[in-house]
Amino acid sequence: MQLSRRDFLRILGLAGAAGLIPGLASSRTPGTDIYDMQEFGDIRLLHITDTHAQLMPVYYREPSMNLGLGSSLGRPPHLVTGSLLKYYGISPDSPLVHAYTPVNYVGAAERFGKVGGFAHLKTLVERMRGEFGSEKTLLFDGGDTWQGSGTAYWNRGMDMVEACNLLGVDVMTGHWEFTYFQDEVRKNIAAFKGDFVAQNVKVREDALFGGAQAFDEASGHTFRPYVMKTLGKHRIAVIGQAFPYTPIANPSRFIPDWTFGINAIDLQQLVDTVLSKEKPDAVVLLSHNGMDVDIKLAQDVTGIDVIFGGHTHDGVPQPFEVKNAKGRTLVTNAGSNGKFLGVMDLKLGGGGKKEYRYRLLPVFANELPANKKMQSLIDRIRAPHLATLQKPLATAGGLLYRRGNFDGPFDQVICDALRKRNEAQIALSPGFRWGTTVLPGQTITMEHVLDQTCMTYPETYARDMTGQDIRNILEDVADNLFNPDPYYQQGGDMVRVGGMTYRIDPTATMGSRIDEMRLENGERIEASKKYRVAGWATVGAKSPGEPVWETVAAHLQELKSVEIHKLNTPVLRNIGNNPGLDLT
Amino acid sequence: MDGSFCKQILMKEVGMGVSRRQFFKSVAGTIAYAAVISAVPERVFAAWNQKAFMSETMAAAIAAKYGNLPIEDSAAIQIKSPEIAENGAYVPVSVATTIAGASNITIFSEANFAPLVASFDILPRMRPDVSLRLRMAKTANLVVLVQAGGKLYKAVKEVKVTIGGCGG
Repeated sequence: MQLSRRDFLRILGLAGAAGLIPGLASSRTPGTDIYDMQEFGDIRLLHITDTHAQLMPVYYREPSMNLGLGSSLGRPPHLVTGSLLKYYGISPDSPLVHAYTPVNYVGAAERFGKVGGFAHLKTLVERMRGEFGSEKTLLFDGGDTWQGSGTAYWNRGMDMVEACNLLGVDVMTGHWEFTYFQDEVRKNIAAFKGDFVAQNVKVREDALFGGAQAFDEASGHTFRPYVMKTLGKHRIAVIGQAFPYTPIANPSRFIPDWTFGINAIDLQQLVDTVLSKEKPDAVVLLSHNGMDVDIKLAQDVTGIDVIFGGHTHDGVPQPFEVKNAKGRTLVTNAGSNGKFLGVMDLKLGGGGKKEYRYRLLPVFANELPANKKMQSLIDRIRAPHLATLQKPLATAGGLLYRRGNFDGPFDQVICDALRKRNEAQIALSPGFRWGTTVLPGQTITMEHVLDQTCMTYPETYARDMTGQDIRNILEDVADNLFNPDPYYQQGGDMVRVGGMTYRIDPTATMGSRIDEMRLENGERIEASKKYRVAGWATVGAKSPGEPVWETVAAHLQELKSVEIHKLNTPVLRNIGNNPGLDLT
Repeated sequence: MDGSFCKQILMKEVGMGVSRRQFFKSVAGTIAYAAVISAVPERVFAAWNQKAFMSETMAAAIAAKYGNLPIEDSAAIQIKSPEIAENGAYVPVSVATTIAGASNITIFSEANFAPLVASFDILPRMRPDVSLRLRMAKTANLVVLVQAGGKLYKAVKEVKVTIGGCGG
């Protein structure tokens, strides 16, 4: 059942009144909608991140499993469903429940409709800027903007540059942006009207020697490390932090001249220099580290007022406040797929502890009329590809999504397709966090398949691996997810498996988390025995097979209706009652 | 090892205030490079310790290099290295210290067959700030010892070497 606009606004208004923001609840009048922001402070900073090129409204289910261990146990972003609602004091009957959690997902999705879409986002951005005074606002894009859709792939990201220019993005940084060839990256950045910043991307010394282009040859910075922005009478420093492990998690062969890293020591030096040289009214870090890395960085590095974070796709309703040696840093994370707009109003002055108001606004497409200019740009981008995008492949028998620590139903479809089409015993599929959601009964189109798979190294493989090889891969990826030190994590989720099961103790040390590996028939996987394994998205070198979307599309067309009855989740050990886990 | 040893000393002494590319251009070519190397005082090369560099354990290497000097942990040693290596065959590492009177900086990679990777003697007019690239076969701790007076100071940082290829 779809809500009427009037009912919708009323419910949203009640949500605002329900006290999402402690201390603001009493000042909120019932009947106003959630997009009413009470004006506060001197500047308004808007933030989108990880939209993954979703120009059109989508469904996107938040996770019911996002385990936090050690120091991240029970704190944002490792809270799901009831734990998250309780932590932020969100009333269970608020529509924000649907925005931030997967509680009653299908019913709520049918009721509230799709989320995101750049035309709807544009309307919300215009409103947030207009009512505050555009000259006192900035719009940040945390990256992962140029990848994730068929259209972005076919246009090598340039369509998204156009959309972001029209949206009015002032400053951005990147991650999947670097999965095009470095010359294409440069071309896209040249066409981008805002500033592309990254303090932690440098030109390799041997490449510099060979004449590679750099923003600053002395420092080696590939791109501008920070930019000063004037907002009325205030000056804001915006430092960029690209995804530190791009050449490890993604192919370095596309960007051979560039080297990345967290570079916390360099960042502290840069912040200190900016503070003394520029004397800014505020310092913000636009980051693609992922939230756990950002929280640790906020402890280690002083002088940053706010870290606007992304990468881990966490829809975190309020900033996490981190104390450090000289003050306090706020850490946000603004979800993914165009579903949210982060809005921070900041009062300047006050040194290391500036007052703020923050809302993570869901972009409910039904409630925000499409901006006409943006819609016509989107239509123009899609027109040449519409027949491909809309091609029906099968019907969803149940809810299909990806996000979760170990598995999602759409990953099951991909693993099944890989095994079947390659006659493999086992399938491996990367634990990406992008990819949209398909509701039960919906037609699965080629666009949905591309949402889950579209990237510049989609080739599949089928090869023999020993049981030990497979275990090494699982151990390696598990450590990227569960290493107790966030600086040693890469973000993303566990590699998905098909045709096999295993047991995992996330709390164990690297190399000893995985055991009980068995084939589907219960047979134990032997370390020295060889198994036929199919997969895709190889980082080291290009694989020989067809793009995975062809594999999945062919599989879906054969299936006609997709029923995934059970997630292939490993047996979990030593997790206990984790607030990042809800199995109901 | 000798190559990067010399190159880094040159960078610190010659490279000040010169852009990297200009610097590299200025020493490009074997002849120019060799000419500058010959200007480095001979005693820099005198410290080569065959036994320490060939030792198969860190303890043996430390004993061969320093005897049994006392070792204490220090926060005054800064190790710049990637937390996760982009390429285990080529891990860039920089070490700087503010310990007064530092006369030697030695770098170990615990998992290497010969853990002592590099040893830098710091002359009185040099800044104790060195960098090099080293090869690491697998995830291991980098251990740095700084000698000052009759004491050793220690700092540790882990570098993870991943097999990659399947991550998110």
